[in-house]
This record gives sequence, C-alpha cells and structure tokens, in this order.
Amino acid sequence: MLFTVLTGLITSSLLVPFGKLIKTKWSIVLPFIPVILFLFYLWHVPVIANGTNVIQHLAWVPSLGVNFDFRLDGLSLLFALLITGIGTGIFFYARSYLKGHIYFDRFFAYLLLFMSAMLGVVLSDNILTLFVFWELTSISSFFLIGFNNDSKASRSSALMALSITGMGGFFLLAGLILVGNIAGTFIISELFAYHDQLVSHPLYPLIVGLLCIGAFTKSAQFPFHFWLPGAMKAPTPVSAYLHSATMVKAGIYLLARFTPILGDTELWKITLMVVGGFTMIFAAVHSLFRTDLKGILAYSTVSALGILTFLLGIGTTDALVAVSVFILVHALYKATLFMVTGIIDHETHTRDITKLKGLRKVMMPVFIASLLAALSSAGVPSTFGFIGKDLIYEATLNFRESWTIWLTALAVLTNIGLVTAGFRAGIKPFSGKLPETFQQASLPYQSMWIPPLILAVLGILFGLFPGVVGDYFTHQTANAIAGGETDMHLQLWHGFNTVLTLSGATLAAGVALYFANNPTEEKLLALERFNVISSQHLFRQLGKGIRRASSWYTNKIHNGYLRSYHLKIILFAELLLGYKLWLGGPIQIDYANLTPLSWYEFGIAAILMGALYIIVTTKSRLTSVVSTSVIGYCLCLMFVFYSAPDLGMTQFTIDTLTTVLFVLVLYKLPPFINFMNRGVVIRDAIVALGFGIIISMIVLRVLYEPTTTDISDFYGENAYILAKGKNVVNVILVDFRGLDTMFETVVLAVAALGVYSLLKLRLKSSEKE
Amino acid sequence: MNSVILQTATRYLLPILLLFSFFLLLRGHYYPGGGFVGGLVASIAFVLHSFANGTESTMKILGYKPLSLIPIGLATLTVSVTVPLLFGLPPMTGLWLEEPIPVIGMIGSALFFDIGVYLVVIGVVLTILFTIALNN
Repeated sequence: MLFTVLTGLITSSLLVPFGKLIKTKWSIVLPFIPVILFLFYLWHVPVIANGTNVIQHLAWVPSLGVNFDFRLDGLSLLFALLITGIGTGIFFYARSYLKGHIYFDRFFAYLLLFMSAMLGVVLSDNILTLFVFWELTSISSFFLIGFNNDSKASRSSALMALSITGMGGFFLLAGLILVGNIAGTFIISELFAYHDQLVSHPLYPLIVGLLCIGAFTKSAQFPFHFWLPGAMKAPTPVSAYLHSATMVKAGIYLLARFTPILGDTELWKITLMVVGGFTMIFAAVHSLFRTDLKGILAYSTVSALGILTFLLGIGTTDALVAVSVFILVHALYKATLFMVTGIIDHETHTRDITKLKGLRKVMMPVFIASLLAALSSAGVPSTFGFIGKDLIYEATLNFRESWTIWLTALAVLTNIGLVTAGFRAGIKPFSGKLPETFQQASLPYQSMWIPPLILAVLGILFGLFPGVVGDYFTHQTANAIAGGETDMHLQLWHGFNTVLTLSGATLAAGVALYFANNPTEEKLLALERFNVISSQHLFRQLGKGIRRASSWYTNKIHNGYLRSYHLKIILFAELLLGYKLWLGGPIQIDYANLTPLSWYEFGIAAILMGALYIIVTTKSRLTSVVSTSVIGYCLCLMFVFYSAPDLGMTQFTIDTLTTVLFVLVLYKLPPFINFMNRGVVIRDAIVALGFGIIISMIVLRVLYEPTTTDISDFYGENAYILAKGKNVVNVILVDFRGLDTMFETVVLAVAALGVYSLLKLRLKSSEKE
Repeated sequence: MNSVILQTATRYLLPILLLFSFFLLLRGHYYPGGGFVGGLVASIAFVLHSFANGTESTMKILGYKPLSLIPIGLATLTVSVTVPLLFGLPPMTGLWLEEPIPVIGMIGSALFFDIGVYLVVIGVVLTILFTIALNN
C-alpha cells in the first residue's frame, strides 16, 4: 500500500524536470497512474469482503511513535476506490479540459500530490501520519483551488479554504495528541480497545470538540461551510474531484473512523446530529437560490455532507449502513454532475442556468449522463440513489421513538431540496429550446464525456443490483464504521411501507418545487442581504481585525531601528530573568569554595575592561567593532582555560567572521553620526548595567544550585559505545542531537538565501531605474 | 587591499588553511573539531584570500557560486540521514565501516553528516559575505 501513496508523490516531483515532456502527447501516461492504483485496490475487494484487513508496517520515526502503518479495511477500501476510481475519470477528463494550458504540468503535479495525500489519509493506521497527510491535502488543494492564480477571486478563495481547513488542522492535531496520550498508542487499530477508557476520561468533551472542529472545517459543516462554495473558483475538474468525492469527505472519513473509538455517547451523537442536521437543511435551502451551476452543486454537496454527519450522529446500525451507501451514491452522481457542468462551461462559456437551455440537441451523451445522475440524486426507483435515500429514512424512522418525526421531517425536507437542486443542475440546462447563442456549441472530446457517462451508468447499475454491491463492498464499510458486525443486505424492493411512501412524497415534492420555483438574480440578491450576519462575513471581519491589530503592533514594536529592537529585547529579558531570580530568594555566596583568581585571569579581565572602555567612548565605528572582537577573543581564552577547546575554536572563528562582516557592512554606511543625547546615554547605561548584574547573579546562583549531571553522564558514557566517537561535543552534534543540527543547517541555508535574494533583488530593481 | 606581502602570504595560506579545515573536519569525532568549525576555518581561508586579491578573483578560484555549496551540503546531510533506511534501520542510525581507512580513520554516516554541515557552513558564510562585498 505504501507504493500507492508514494507513486503519486514521486510522479508529482518528477513532473518538475519532465514538465515540458508531459505537455506533449506523453501526457497520456498520466491517467494510467490512477488506473493502476484503482486496479490494485479493486483486486483487494474480495480479500476485504471476507472480513480480513490488510496491514503494512514501516518504521519512520519510531522514537516519536510516528510510523507508516497502513491498514486497509472496508472503510479505507471504499475511499481508496473512490479516490483512484473517480481520479481515473478526472485525469482523463482534465487532460482534455486543460489541453494546451501553460501550467498543464503544474496542474497534474498538484493533482497527483493531492491524490497521494488523500490515499495517505484513508490508509494510515497511525493518527499522526494521518494528520500529516491530512495537512498535505489542505496544502495541495490550496494550490488546486488557486490554480487560476491571475484572478484575484481565485487567490482569495484558495486562501480562505486553506485558512479554514488549516485552522481546523490545528484543532485536529490537538485532539489526536490527546487521544494518543490517553490511550498510550497512536495506532488506530489498537485504539478500538480503548473506547471505554477514552469515553469516561474527563477530557473526553474536549477531545470530541477538537476532533469535530477538524472534521467540520474539512467537510464544510456549518458554520465553516462557506469555503466550499468559494472554492468553486477552481477549474471544474478540481471541483469534481476534491469537492464531490475526496477532500471534503475526508472529514466524514475521520468521523466515521473515530465512531468506534469515540462514538456511542450522547455528546458525540447530539453534536453530530445538531451540526449535520442544521447544515443539511441550511445548505439545501441555499442551493435553491443559486443560479450558477457550480453554486447549486456546491451547496447541494454541503447539504449531502450534512446528511452524512447527521447519519453518523444517529449512529444506529441502520444509520451507519446508510452512511456507507450514501458516500458511494453521492460520489457517483456528484462527480458526474460536476464534470457535466465543466463540459457545459467549456463549450458555452457560461454556467448561468437562467441562460442555459436545450443543450441536449448538441450534446446528447452528456445529457444522458447528466440525466442519469440527476435521477440518482433524486432517488428515483431503480437508481442507486433510491437505495441510499431509503436507508436514510430507515435510519431516521428507527431512531428513538420521540425523535422520529422530527428527524424524518428534517431528512425529507433536505431531500426535497436536493431533488430540486439535482434536477436544476442535471436537467434544466438540457431541456427546452436551444437558443441561437448556443448553436455552435458541440460535443467535446470523448475523454471528457465518457468518464461522467461511466459514473452515471454505474449509479444505475449499482441501483439495479444493490445486493452485489452490498455483499461485496459496502457491508464491510459499514462494519468498519460500526466497529462490529452489521446486518446488511441491500434490496431494490422492500414492499409498500412508510419508507417507500416518504421516498415517493420527496420525489413528488421535489419535482413540484423544480417547476414551481425558478431561481433568479433578484432572489439571489434578496438572499445576499442577509450576508451581514453570515459566518463568512464574520470570518472576513475577523481577518480584517487581525490585520489591523498586527499592523498596529508592527508599527509600535518594529519601528525599523536596530537600537530600539535591542533595547526592547534586553529589557524584556531583564524583566523575565529578574522576576525568576527574585522568585528564587536571596543568593548566598560561599567565598571559601571559590577557586582563587590566577594572574592570567586578571590579565584577561583587564583587557576586557579596556576594550569595553574604548567601545563606549570611541567616535569611530571601526574602532568599536574591533574592540568588540577583542572581547570575543578574550572569551575564547576563557574557554580554553576552562578546557572547552571546541567552544574556544568556534568562538574564535565566528568572531573573526563577524568582524569581517561588520567591516564589509560598515564600509557602505554613511559616516558616523552621534544620535545620542545625555538622556539616552543614561537610559542605555542603566539598562546595560542591569543586564550585566542579572547575568552575574544568574551565574552565581548556578554555582550554588545542586547540579544534576545525569545528561552529561549519559552522553559521556555512551558517546563511544553507541556512536563510536570520543569527542562528546561532536558526537552530540552529529548523532545524539543530529536532528537539531540538521534543522539548524537548514535555518542557516534559509538565512543565506534571504541575504542573497534581498541584496540581489534590490540590485535588479535599481538596474531597472 | 593592495599589499604584496598579504597577497604572497595568502598564496600559501589558502591551501594550508584549507588542509587544516579538512583536518578539523576529519578528527571531529575523536578530538576537538568537527564540521562546523572546519567549515568556518575554510570560509576564513577564502575570506582572507578575497581580502588580499579581491572578491572577484576568489570567486574565480572557487569556480562555482558559493550558493551552490548549500544544496550539495544539504543533500549530503539528507543522504547520510536516510541511508540507514536502505538497510531496514530507522533513519539517523549510525553506520560504520568495520575497519579504519588509513589517514582518514573510521568512516561512518556521522562523517558524511559532518561533511554536509561543513559544506553548508562554507556555502552560507561565503554567500553572505561575498554577496555583501560585491553589492556596490
């Protein structure tokens, strides 16, 4: 399984050097990557259907408990197949959609990165690796949403999506770490055993809150839903892939994955039911007012995600079975509708449903795909959507007695909205008379209309043979979510019962609404008057507030004068250290235990004082720099006296180089001007003296603190045994704390790049003048 | 700076200092020294040369921009950290050859780690100093 995750990552990075090549006819290799991965997972279907899980383990950072543990069960398999299967369609589709685009290579690099990240999320058996991949999906989707980077709206939507999902990521990380610490393991398959312990833990409400914020931001639940409609600025293949089947379902995946670990409590159920329930009805109503095809689809997606959250909240076996089926139902029809929308946009250059009409005459196969998807989304009998809807009603009807009516009413209302939205997006653009303006529109290239047609037909086939899909596939998904055996046998026909009546009523009401109410610009504008109280507006205000606060802070604290920075830093350090010293109580100095001063220490002290005097009184920058380096060299000598040759050497070379750097910079500065008046001199003297005194006090205190030498003893004993080195300092640097050193070198490199680009960039702009 | 004495001296000092920096780098695991100090000494050698003969002529000796040493160094570091993975060990495990090599001594992944640090340090120091020096 590791290879399926790595394939995309590696190919993605290979697109950097081979980008030019992939823009030619060689681009045909790209769609075969998801094809291969899809076949790989398809091959696993019978294995998983037997109820076995495939597990793969690879150490990554074992000392931190972060490992590549992969596990394939019913839930991961469903998602892996959706990611690779719909991915295959999208790759073929996007290759035609973006043919000739200058950033064609870049687009596929992002898309591959995203696919790998999604696979990583659903396959990880370690919650920390899951989190890493989770963040990777946020980052790669940021690039995909902002792909049209010359448009401002596109950039701001990408930023919005990243800030919402990234913020959710922080909460999620906190939640996951709490789970891991309480249970003592980060392995998901081991966490199942800790359900009772986690649920009864006092921090349980906090965990649920953190985890839910993570999942809700990703899966666009109210009040974080608004980034999803905004993200429709992305090229349509991206919307079809990210926002129908994969990225937004990651939150649902997380909730489903944690249902057997954290679920089955009132808190969990109520939270998910309230948030999911509100989101589903809220978004369904919103979708009725949209005139943009992608807007309709975005809101109906949010609504569908709400349904999934709601069902997970209900949490009965019925509901979990419904979740497993509805994920598949929704992915199939929504990806189709998105791809159809892309075709319409591509051919007619508009997505406004008040203008689109009669397109069936020019693109029949697209219409068929679209119609089938719309029927499935409406839950017409013999489509897979019908099965899904049945299960949803079954779940709401069989929940607690007193809740039944309300939950069912909510589900019915939402579904009526979804029926209308599906018809509007899938049928309306094709019905009626073809206007003059669209006469020249034509059927696009095959690879654009075949993928949606296949997905739509699958939606019907699965509907006709639900038993096969249920037994071989979604049964294990439901088992994985429920964390135990579920009784599921999907049937097309249940006989005449309440569920069927509800289904019929939903369909009828939805169709009636479709004919009765037409969205217009005016209605949309009327709705937008309420934007002031929307969470999107609040979020933007928050963003503006943060920007204002930070610019105020920056102007106050970072005024651009080095001397003022120094003053603030040192004053702050003085306050902090002084407070800590004061807490420690009085210092006793035991003069008898101090080693007597030797004559060379006196000598160095004398040189130090002399250099200091020169620094304070000199009128030349060069002199003061040289005097400063004299102080540095004196410290070197101290290090050598007290047997720290490594420190001495490093201090010596660093001091030399710093002096050189100073001289180079000073050379370019204007002549020395004295800014200081008497007041400033006195202030600085006080601050400097204070700092010196505090540092001296700390040193004296350290002398009389009982020292623990555990750590140095450990390094001393093990340097040769474990790392084969006799120089302990160096062994610590390159081995024991090697990771630190590694990152420090990266920091150095970044600093050098900063200096280089700062100076070179300025040079270029001056050259332009 | 136009001093014949310094120019003549650096002609001999540059190779000696570079040799010394290698010496520091190689002995680091057993005696005072290491990649960081070694890199700093090597940088000082080049800085000294640039003082005597001008930065342009030092750049000529180097052949490449010092900036290019940074990625090479970081790559060396990364390789030394990840090589144990190929042997099925966690990253950063110290791997050592059984027998010491004459002159150099024991060879292990830590040595390559140090070489990476050495190269990055030279790259960083020279990039910063030479960019400033040449930026008129």
